[in-house]
Amino acid sequence: MATLELSGIRKSFGAVEVIHGMDLQVKDGELIVFVGPSGCGKSTMLRMIAGLEKVTAGEISIAGKRVDHLPPAHRGIAMVFQSYALYPHKNVRGNLGFALKHAGVPQKEIDQRVNTAAEILELDPLMDRKPKELSGGQRQRVAIGRAIVREPDVFLFDEPLSNLDAALRVHMRVEILKLHQRLGSTMVYVTHDQVEAMTLADRIVVFRDGQVEQVGTPLELYRDPVNTFVAGFIGSPAMNFLQADGNGHSVQLAGAQVCESNAAAGKLQLGIRPEHLTLNEDGPLKGRVSVFEHLGGESFVHLVLPDEQTLIAKLDGEYSFVPGEKCTLAIKPAHCHLFDMQGQKLGDKVRAIDAA
Amino acid sequence: MLVRERITSTGIHAVLIAYSMLALFPLVLIVINSLKSKKAIFRDPTGLPVGEAFSWKGYASVLTNSDFPLYFGNSLIVTCVSLFLILLFGAMASHALSEYRFPGDTFLGLYLILGIMVPIRLGTVALLQLVVDLNLANTLTALILVYTAQGLPIAIFIFTEFLKSVSREIKDSARIDGLSEYRIFFEVVVPLVRPVIATVAVFSMIPIWNDLCFPLILSPGEETRTVTLGVQQFIGQYTVNWGAVLASLSVAILPVLIMYVIFSKQLIRGITSGAVKG
Repeated sequence: MATLELSGIRKSFGAVEVIHGMDLQVKDGELIVFVGPSGCGKSTMLRMIAGLEKVTAGEISIAGKRVDHLPPAHRGIAMVFQSYALYPHKNVRGNLGFALKHAGVPQKEIDQRVNTAAEILELDPLMDRKPKELSGGQRQRVAIGRAIVREPDVFLFDEPLSNLDAALRVHMRVEILKLHQRLGSTMVYVTHDQVEAMTLADRIVVFRDGQVEQVGTPLELYRDPVNTFVAGFIGSPAMNFLQADGNGHSVQLAGAQVCESNAAAGKLQLGIRPEHLTLNEDGPLKGRVSVFEHLGGESFVHLVLPDEQTLIAKLDGEYSFVPGEKCTLAIKPAHCHLFDMQGQKLGDKVRAIDAA
Repeated sequence: MLVRERITSTGIHAVLIAYSMLALFPLVLIVINSLKSKKAIFRDPTGLPVGEAFSWKGYASVLTNSDFPLYFGNSLIVTCVSLFLILLFGAMASHALSEYRFPGDTFLGLYLILGIMVPIRLGTVALLQLVVDLNLANTLTALILVYTAQGLPIAIFIFTEFLKSVSREIKDSARIDGLSEYRIFFEVVVPLVRPVIATVAVFSMIPIWNDLCFPLILSPGEETRTVTLGVQQFIGQYTVNWGAVLASLSVAILPVLIMYVIFSKQLIRGITSGAVKG
């Protein structure tokens, strides 16, 4: 059972605290993604799990054993780095077997484990090449292979796809997902890319400024974000936030009632995702198009409302607008999110009102 | 445009050729005169060693009538051992300075580099006293120690800059693979900075090989003379055996030349690798 437990983890660099107490239980075989903007502490957290940074306070346990006092090699982890971090003077075979050779594993077993990893990652034809003779995707496969060979309890990935071009990134994302299904190991994956987080994760941990904002499955975060930060971070294009007024039981936007909620009183923020806006002549959101982006299958309308608020709507590819044109949108009420002016979620569920 | 480019290119080459000739002239003069008889040297210093002027006498007296092989050996021992120590300690100190954060690291870094600004010859008297007190006078050890101290600051200066550019992830990766800090240095960092090591080796070797000052002061004994000092025996108070002096100088050029040829490819890579991503 390769579980990973973090409890009360804090980290300070000098007088600056960068992780303000973190608790997390990762189940055996789970793929957890740490996501957040740069500088939010997610990589530092990963490096602490790896043992490359000391924890200032708190405990880390892997497979039920406390490890935060152990050196990296004895924690039962393997890490894949953003820059691949291959040894440039060794060929692929040498890179894969290096850790085992140092651990004193017999040559026969090294060969066997290296060959198995090579087979999983289809590295066989490349075994005698040096890293500089490999493409980016191949290098990343070798880096992952180097982790597999060690047969760790927990795999750690530190933004492994950031150095790859877009097409390769999509391809490698699927590869990592397949690998996770095949090995069934516990994995912790750090990224700043919310698409990677959504597609890979069993559960996502959203970081901001050294604090965990929300932990949940990708759909939980998408459907029920606890604050505007998580709401804006998950989903692309980002959720629209509009200033609205509540009167205790319903929410008014630009003079029209858009949804009902008992928690809504006074000024509040209405969050609505671009994909939950529809073209509707009778809708409450009347404005002018400022920018229109066509992606073929879908299109994005950037709308400026009369009170200067802006929002983006995702429409089908069949529509076309020119800047300055008038456009009216309706909101799917079931998908409204309400936040107070500090950005925290208001109330429980938002109820749709029947179209009048 | 094309004409202009050609003129620029010709100009640059003219300057470079002129400089090369200026720099090479004394060397060529030494080598050609080392192959001439004494009379020929004075009759026609710039003439080529052909016909009557040609003579092996200089080389013959160097290789047979003197302890030149001993001096040459001394020079080789002193240079190689000093070089080894400079590279080893210089690279290790720089690795520590660039990799680890510890109290006083900035101060220590500055202290180690300070030696670039303070010429070691200023401390000659103190050094001599120290060497005598340690009973190291007239030993090669004294020279090795002094040259190591002399070469370390510039070596640390150059190494630190390059070692900082070694990716942190690759060292972390080695840590996760279970390597000790020493093995990380020797098995991961050193292979990565091999071109820089070659650069530092060449820069450090030349002043040591050519030095006359410290052999003269610290170990002038018959058994411990280096090539540069040994040459002096051909320069007498009344007569100078120019053929032998020039011949021994010509032989003394060889090791530097050989080393440069071996390392030149790495040397150029070392100089440019900071600017151009490899």
